Amino acid sequence: MYKVKVFVTLKNGVLDPQGKAVKGALHSMEYTAVHDVRIGKYMELEIEQLDNIEKTVEEMCHRLLTNPVMEDYRYEVEEVITP
Amino acid sequence: MKFAVVVFPGSNCDIDMFHAVQDGLGEEVEYVSHTTTDLTGYDAILLPGGFSYGDYLRTGAIAQFSPIMAAVKEAVEQGKPILGVCNGFQILLESGILPGAMKRNEHLKFLCQNVQLKVVNNESMFTSRYEKEEIITIPIAHGEGNYDCDQETLDQLKKNNQILFQYEGVNPNGSKENIAGIMNKSGNVLGMMPHPERAVDSLLGCADGLRLFQSILTYWREKHVITS
Repeated sequence: MYKVKVFVTLKNGVLDPQGKAVKGALHSMEYTAVHDVRIGKYMELEIEQLDNIEKTVEEMCHRLLTNPVMEDYRYEVEEVITP
Repeated sequence: MKFAVVVFPGSNCDIDMFHAVQDGLGEEVEYVSHTTTDLTGYDAILLPGGFSYGDYLRTGAIAQFSPIMAAVKEAVEQGKPILGVCNGFQILLESGILPGAMKRNEHLKFLCQNVQLKVVNNESMFTSRYEKEEIITIPIAHGEGNYDCDQETLDQLKKNNQILFQYEGVNPNGSKENIAGIMNKSGNVLGMMPHPERAVDSLLGCADGLRLFQSILTYWREKHVITS
């Protein structure tokens, strides 16, 4: 079994209205050192043993988990030993 | 003319869409479940607004893999008129039938209000009953209508006159180039955030949306009834 951690972020240059609002809130809390906030998504997938897990994960990211028009992603694959 | 209103789990403007066609336009219309795989019996396909699959992951992201979407893509290829409103627009973007993507509204608020639109192109099957540059009033109701695309896509949209509607005056959601509605290059698929189906009778406050449906009917009659 594998545990796959997928991190989805907005592409550079795509304005992030949520990040902007959170930055404004942090500034109003006097964390004025915060220069920028960008909000993304984190997903955990448990996947059965596969021959080419990277290829499958890339495919899933491209087809459903992210919108390639405006999002980038990276992922980590961990092998999980099930008792 | 026979219209299909596709019902996804979480659609909530399907009934408005149904009645806009049945009572506003006076044409035949049926609800079609997202599990249907055949749309050959319909002349036009309407993808209504709502929150398909709870807007989980991204708006329209999961609906793009509904069984019916293969049939919708077939209808796109056949040149049938396809109209996606609000969540229907988001589904058309996610499935790649229309270019670009949707982001949260600039000020993060869900907006439910009348807006003014400019008819940028009145030479499409969706807008022939409007005047060019005419200003019309249609309501919006969305939290994610902030249309975005890269410069190359925007240049293409402009070059091919694919932008049908732009917000006039105030841009409510921050969309690129004030875009409110775009069609595909072939001209038979329209995606728009404003709800023409909610503006088909002056009793509803406004009837400017009715001419969009009448334009589709005019196109269909010219193509099928007069020539046969």
